[in-house]
Amino acid sequence: MAETTNGHSQSYVGTRTVRPDGHDKVTGRARFGSDFNLAGQLIGRVLRSPHPHARIVSIDTSRAEALPGVKAVITRDDFGDQPSEFIPAGEMMMNYKDVVRNVMAREKALYEGHAVAAVAATSVAIARRALKLIDVTYEVLPHVIDVVEAMRSDAPLLHDDLFTVGVDPKPEKPSNIAKRIEIKQGDVEAGFEKADVVIEREFKTAPVHQGYIEPHAALATFSEDGSTELWTTTQGHYIVRAHCARLLGLDVGKVRVTATEIGGGFGGKTVVYLEPLAIALSRKAKRPVKMVMSREEVFKASGPTSGAVVRVKMGATKDGKFVAGFAELKYQAGAFQGSPVQPGVMCAYAPYDIEHVHVIGYDVVSNRPKVAAYRAPGAPISEYAVESVVDEIAKTLDIDPVDLRMQNAAREGTKAAYGPKFGPIGLEETLNAIKKTEHWNAPLRKWQGRGVASGFWFNIGGETCVSLTVNEDGTVSLMAGTPDIGGLRASLAAVAADELGVPYDKVRPIIGDTASLGFNFLTGGSRSAFSGSMAIVEAAKQIKADLCARACKLWEAKPDQVEFSDGAVRPLGALGEKVKPMSVVDFAKVAGKTGGPIGGVGRINAQGAGPSFGTHLVDLEVDPETGRTTILRYTVAQDAGRALHPAYVEGQFQGGAVQGIGWALNEEYIYGEDGKLQNAGFLDYRMPVASDVPMIDAILVEVANPKHPYGVRGVGETPIVPPLGAIANAMANATGIRFTELPMSPPKVLKALKDKGLNRA
Amino acid sequence: MAKHHVEAKVNGDPVEFLCETEETLLDVLRDTLHLTGSKEGCSSGDCGACSVMLDGRLVCSCLVLGCEVGGRQIETIEGMAKGDALHPLQQGFLEHAALQCGICTPGFLVASKALLEKTPSPTESEVRYWLAGNLCRCTGYDKIVSAVMDTAAAMRPKQ
Amino acid sequence: MRYEAPESVEGAVALLAGATGEARVLAGGTDLLVQMRADLVDPELIVDIKKIPETRAITEDKGGWRIGAAVTGAELKEHARLRRAWPGVVEAANLIGSTQVQGRATLGGNLCNGSPAADSVPALIAAGAVATLAGPQGRRDLPVEDVMLGPRKLALRKGEIVVSFLLSPRPKGSADAYLRFIPRTEMDIAVVGVGVNLTVDGGGTITAARVGLGAVAARVLLVAEAAQAIIGSRLDKAAQERLEAAARAACRPIDDKRGTVEFRTDVAGVLTRRAALIALDRARMS
Repeated sequence: MAETTNGHSQSYVGTRTVRPDGHDKVTGRARFGSDFNLAGQLIGRVLRSPHPHARIVSIDTSRAEALPGVKAVITRDDFGDQPSEFIPAGEMMMNYKDVVRNVMAREKALYEGHAVAAVAATSVAIARRALKLIDVTYEVLPHVIDVVEAMRSDAPLLHDDLFTVGVDPKPEKPSNIAKRIEIKQGDVEAGFEKADVVIEREFKTAPVHQGYIEPHAALATFSEDGSTELWTTTQGHYIVRAHCARLLGLDVGKVRVTATEIGGGFGGKTVVYLEPLAIALSRKAKRPVKMVMSREEVFKASGPTSGAVVRVKMGATKDGKFVAGFAELKYQAGAFQGSPVQPGVMCAYAPYDIEHVHVIGYDVVSNRPKVAAYRAPGAPISEYAVESVVDEIAKTLDIDPVDLRMQNAAREGTKAAYGPKFGPIGLEETLNAIKKTEHWNAPLRKWQGRGVASGFWFNIGGETCVSLTVNEDGTVSLMAGTPDIGGLRASLAAVAADELGVPYDKVRPIIGDTASLGFNFLTGGSRSAFSGSMAIVEAAKQIKADLCARACKLWEAKPDQVEFSDGAVRPLGALGEKVKPMSVVDFAKVAGKTGGPIGGVGRINAQGAGPSFGTHLVDLEVDPETGRTTILRYTVAQDAGRALHPAYVEGQFQGGAVQGIGWALNEEYIYGEDGKLQNAGFLDYRMPVASDVPMIDAILVEVANPKHPYGVRGVGETPIVPPLGAIANAMANATGIRFTELPMSPPKVLKALKDKGLNRA
Repeated sequence: MAKHHVEAKVNGDPVEFLCETEETLLDVLRDTLHLTGSKEGCSSGDCGACSVMLDGRLVCSCLVLGCEVGGRQIETIEGMAKGDALHPLQQGFLEHAALQCGICTPGFLVASKALLEKTPSPTESEVRYWLAGNLCRCTGYDKIVSAVMDTAAAMRPKQ
Repeated sequence: MRYEAPESVEGAVALLAGATGEARVLAGGTDLLVQMRADLVDPELIVDIKKIPETRAITEDKGGWRIGAAVTGAELKEHARLRRAWPGVVEAANLIGSTQVQGRATLGGNLCNGSPAADSVPALIAAGAVATLAGPQGRRDLPVEDVMLGPRKLALRKGEIVVSFLLSPRPKGSADAYLRFIPRTEMDIAVVGVGVNLTVDGGGTITAARVGLGAVAARVLLVAEAAQAIIGSRLDKAAQERLEAAARAACRPIDDKRGTVEFRTDVAGVLTRRAALIALDRARMS
């Protein structure tokens, strides 16, 4: 295991401490995005296209500008164009040329809800009236919504400069297919020849939204010297800073972004929507501008994840050995390229050791909001398809579905089809854990079914900067730069407390603004606890070395006569008879006299993120007369490497599982023939409510990640990967029908049962 | 059009404010009275993040007009703790890690308090159905339900 | 936008009758405020009827019940005697939305919002509820099934409001039930809603029945054929099949984001049967 000098007797890592930001959150004191206000602020509102596809012929803002109380109006004319340049956006890539167009439409409105103009006014009422006074002339164009439809050569074309990358020869005509990618290992055709059983299925999923309860919000104030301050609810304030600086032509150093408390993100708050608009309006109006999205705007104008069509073909020997895996993934990206088809391709077969693998992926645009990351982007879709086929193989060969996965499980040393060789991983452990549960053996009645599925996410590290400061009274200030979306500060405080040997409640963690720390990549990729704790170890190392040096001066000792352990610098050997150990608190009191303020900054590009595997087990019951499904019981077993805070790790397991339940059973974007979204609200976009789900049993597996000082693996994303397959498999067991289309909503289920004459109790 | 002049009580304190007809109680609480603990998640009564008590009744403040509450008593999350002492539910949520991002937490606490005042010994099913109007996207509800049930047990007088 | 909170029925009627622009009644606000926020309606006048005592009262009169139009679902649930007398009506009102919504939503509002998917309306129709309206020309009574004519279309004349509902006394051995289909367990608009009210004699034979079917047509239906299918029976298998068939036959639903024609029709049959069985069980025990 990598080095850590934690030997302190009171250890907080691995215990269930109360989170440091908890009191403010349970009293309503914590300030989320729309809780911030500045004196003299204006209210900003966005005018959005009512058409899914239209050329914007002209925009006349004169009547809006003339309305008393309106202080600024912006359109595409207020943003310079951006040349084509790909940049990371969360775990996906995006292009600045597309970003500037998504933030404010230029030539065309490419989805219903696309921003076309924005106003800042002295009240909400005036802002709303002003929007109605903006005259936009649209030339409505035919639209395309469905991914397969969009791939056709005669489909309405979104971008006349989009030529498919990754096909040979290079296409002469533009299309809606942005990219074709593939990974290959071995020779699948040869593999299928060797197989005793070959199963091929096509699956379809609908776009689903991350569903965070807090809408997007931003508050910006612009100064005449070209500097701006921005408060925004985001998973990555450094990314917001970069985008805003670029889009508005500002120096990065002059953009100061504070990440407010964030009311959920799940990947959906890793990009910018309101922020550049708020700054542009503030620049024009010369007053602060506050903007908040309505729930309808969140659904219509922020990125859901892809809907997709996935074809899977797998071959196995009669003993259950997987010999070949083929898949073709068609993911729609929304109005601009950049669906998570790449990670979808990479993750599809990653849990298994298969000799021959070939996965192809297509990134396809269509007239919907630009897709944004959603928790393990791309993987739930491809792994749903693969886990469904794996289950069919198990049935066909009459092999227990957990045993079949165990037989083929990726292990340490397995080479994943997408490239790397796995280090120590915990897939087998999660499969074993599931088999040992009482849940696995509980009896089932008619119309009840049990399903299991495994899943994987590779997790990332990335640029991280954390500062640790020892204050003059021995308390410790910890400043991290990755927004805390789920309890991160508790884990970081525990690590800092253990590293420095100070009590947990003497460590005060905050999330600093962009002016206070070096660059931090965003909170995503299940990286914030992994990277943040790694950076803390670095910062603590600096402090310990510094304190040892100070001790040497004070004690007139040599470096090999002192060491930091158990929260203090301790004299070794004979020196111990002359001087007493000095704790962090002791040094704090004499910091000025011994050299100045005590602190350390961990600046790393965290490497060595270990993948997290999980296996989910679900029991459900179907009402055959109505097609309604009830989730009866749910167990998650997932490898956390080392759980810095077990309760928050369990929370990730449970939250991801329930998002998966919603995705599998009821959530979907419903479009009309007119290309308009019909369910842009929580009433008809049906996320699970408390009465829809049972307790989610969480089993913490810990196969230490050798590349992290504490053995940590990111855990946030994997939990949403297995549920779709597990629930589909349980449905197959409950009904005898394999559902290849999500969501498995009651009308679909009832129809399928009816077609087989099974719709009677 | 002249604004309405409203006098009411919020968390036991008399308040006075002006509001337009179309402003909801949630708008007034957040923007006029600066009590931002109640949150706006949907403005359509579907998420419960704006839950408050109105004359002892659990409601969504986004579905009440500001001008309706003259002479009435409103209790928000800000009034739940008494001085330095957190309400047992607030403490219970912290100890059970029943919050991740925390945006839904004020709504859940107000709603749970209303439940326990009505039903001191709820079953798990009763808890889940009572709280069905409070959406949470982070926790999957498990630890919220545990927190409410365990706090209910702790609050009941010992036999 | 004007807001008025009259303290008498006459006052409310005068305001509404005299309104020159768009006027709306405010009871619980669980539909009106949502529509205002979504820019679907921009009233010039809002008339809050909650200060009118008659709209807020629940009174029992010789076995009958008069329920004010602005009584909330939660208040109905807390009224033990009413709940025992009319469990179907009370449970229907308490399926609307969430606990928070039930703290505000009213029978009057649920009806006058004009949605054929309203949860309380099939139960009220099955119960034979009669709405008392008050308008510039005075008062009149309308059976609830005649109040909602279509989506957002009411039989109310200008200036008229629903003041209260009357549930008439019924013989011993009577009970009602309401069931709805939603894809989740709570929070959804009914994809199908069924209210069944019946009376059973000492021998277990159904002597009277009414069936209200919601969300399967442009208005909430009173399905006489469904009632006929079970009157005179003991709700045996054959009667259940007749009942299902009659319910299905009455459906004239649409395909929309909540359900297909086929789905609504199938489920209407199933739920009508199930609701009838529950009502029968309750009736036998009463």
